Amino acid sequence: MSVLVYTENWDGKFKKLSYELVSYATALAKELGTSATALSIGNVDETELKSLGNYGASKIISVSDDRLANLVNSAYSKVIAQVAEKEEANVIVFSNNFGGKALAPGVSVKLKAGLVAGVTALPSSIEPFTVKKAVFTGKAFANVVVKSDKKVLSLARNSFGISETDNNAAIEIFTPELSDGDFRTNVKDVTKVMGKVLLMDAEIVVSGGRGMKGPENWGPIEELAELFGGATACSRPVSDEGWRPHTEHTGQTGKIIAPNLYIAAGISGAIQHVAGVSSSKCIVAINKDPDAPIFEVADYGIVGDAMKVLPQMVEAVKELKAEG
Amino acid sequence: MKILVCISNVPDTTTKIRFVDDNKAFDKNGVQWIINPWDELALTRALELKEASGGAIEKISVITVGTKDAEPVMRKALAIGADDGIRVDTEAKDAYYVAMQIAEAIKDGGYDMILAGIESSDYNGSAVGRMIAEFLEIPSVSSVSKIEMEGGNISLKREIDGGTEVMETELPFVAIVQKGIALEPRIPNMRGIMMARKKPLAVVAPADGDALTEFAGFELPEAKAACKMVDEDNVKELVNLLHTEAKVI
Ligand SMILES: Cc1cc2nc3c(=O)[nH]c(=O)nc-3n(C[C@H](O)[C@H](O)[C@H](O)COP(=O)(O)OP(=O)(O)OC[C@H]3O[C@@H](n4cnc5c(N)ncnc54)[C@H](O)[C@@H]3O)c2cc1C
Ligand SMILES: Nc1ncnc2c1ncn2[C@@H]1O[C@H](COP(=O)(O)O)[C@@H](O)[C@H]1O
Repeated sequence: MSVLVYTENWDGKFKKLSYELVSYATALAKELGTSATALSIGNVDETELKSLGNYGASKIISVSDDRLANLVNSAYSKVIAQVAEKEEANVIVFSNNFGGKALAPGVSVKLKAGLVAGVTALPSSIEPFTVKKAVFTGKAFANVVVKSDKKVLSLARNSFGISETDNNAAIEIFTPELSDGDFRTNVKDVTKVMGKVLLMDAEIVVSGGRGMKGPENWGPIEELAELFGGATACSRPVSDEGWRPHTEHTGQTGKIIAPNLYIAAGISGAIQHVAGVSSSKCIVAINKDPDAPIFEVADYGIVGDAMKVLPQMVEAVKELKAEG
Repeated sequence: MKILVCISNVPDTTTKIRFVDDNKAFDKNGVQWIINPWDELALTRALELKEASGGAIEKISVITVGTKDAEPVMRKALAIGADDGIRVDTEAKDAYYVAMQIAEAIKDGGYDMILAGIESSDYNGSAVGRMIAEFLEIPSVSSVSKIEMEGGNISLKREIDGGTEVMETELPFVAIVQKGIALEPRIPNMRGIMMARKKPLAVVAPADGDALTEFAGFELPEAKAACKMVDEDNVKELVNLLHTEAKVI
């Protein structure tokens, strides 16, 4: 019996997301009276692999195979299922990100293990195994019972946090059994978004809506995001108008994010927009309309002209930084 | 070539979410049902591909797993332009059960491309499309934001954390689609609505098998504390509050 956690890497590096997953798997393993094993697929060096132990993994299984350089749904799922069987894992944990969505359902079918996607907390009960997840795009929560012996969970981003524990975990190399039939999709071309902090990873997100009037007014939004080491985002009409790239659009049909701080300037707060940001820890709204629905979900608000408020905010943040 | 689009029947996205039966069940009273937005876009893209294919794509079919309640959205899918439909007549219990039913119903159907959405807007399972591929043991590509077809060659663009990749795949395959797949969903016109009535919508009995998960109950989020308002001339105070009270900067 064990808990297996699949830790994705980006060019050989783990992210906060991976450490949060290991922290969750470790806490879950404790409740089940067992330990957590982390699985990594790809070329990751030993120091980086060892870092998973700092979040509680007691064993690290590393799979590196040239054919697994890019994500292939069927091959990756097969590797994970093989490791799960070898480790006699009864719970397999993923992130509910792009990678998790591509793999967790495959592992679920292979192991006949009930899947709960977007889990937000540790199980509320072990017998029956019951976990909580968001449903109706964040408008409610469901308690889901997994009836099968084996379970697959994918964790919602930023829902658990990170807890460090010193664990000098052993690294084990695993050689999976794969055949040509597992590689029937092929990557022809890759485009990476480089340099900037990715919206999905950002702790602080500064976002603008149609109230910003035009792309020429995005200066203070970008400056603020940069001061915070965060990312910029926007509402759908803003990306539809071509003021900002589509990769920035948040909401039901865009990215769903959960940063520590979300600043919404000139955004009305339509339900479809809020669906993408409502899990943020703190929401600040700047809107000239005191009745804008965004104030119903915000923690802090300013009724005023964003064109005037944002530059003042830039100054105030600079001052705060200068004070240290 | 034949394309199949999976259709999930979901409450309109503006529905006020309420529960009944001691919070054990979703309150369907007065709810407007729609085609899951991703599935509507997937269907739109399938039709665009068919029209541009010069006859290479012969047929677009739609499938749903659901009771008679799902019939209106299936008729709508036919009105938008699908050629025929299948309804597996059973409750959509969980992703595993739904995917198993779809796989059983279509395994001999000869579909080359199967499209599903990245998630249903009701239970946000993000699983059915990928599971169908696993049951049928065929390749799949997830988070697809573009499908192009040129001279029988299919190219898919998928989104990964931090970039995009262009993919090719063997047929048959499942594409799990998301934002970008089509710009605006197609709306049925009068002629489409008339024709939809005569298009075949087969009702098939479910295969044996069971769900692996079930809902024990639902909760609404706790009401949020009122928004703390700061004067527009006092932006500095807001920044201080974010630093000392909310501790987020
Ligand atoms: C199926 C569906 C899916 C959708 N998905 C999404 C989605 O994923 N994401 C999304 O964002 N939208 C989505 N939408 C659109 C959504 O319904 C809203 O139309 C959209 O979010 C509104 O964008 P906005 O707030 O920027 O613009 P508006 O609604 O035009 O609001 C502009 C706001 O700016 C304020 N304002 C104006 N001038 C100023 C100023 N000088 N200073 C401060 N404030 C000012 C106004 O008071 C107003 O509140 C979807 C819609 C549908 C039907
Ligand atoms: N009951 C269903 N019948 C047919 N297709 C479905 C059903 N439920 C989900 N799907 C498909 O699977 C996708 C993802 O749904 P889900 O896994 O429920 O989030 C949807 O966008 C549909 O394409």
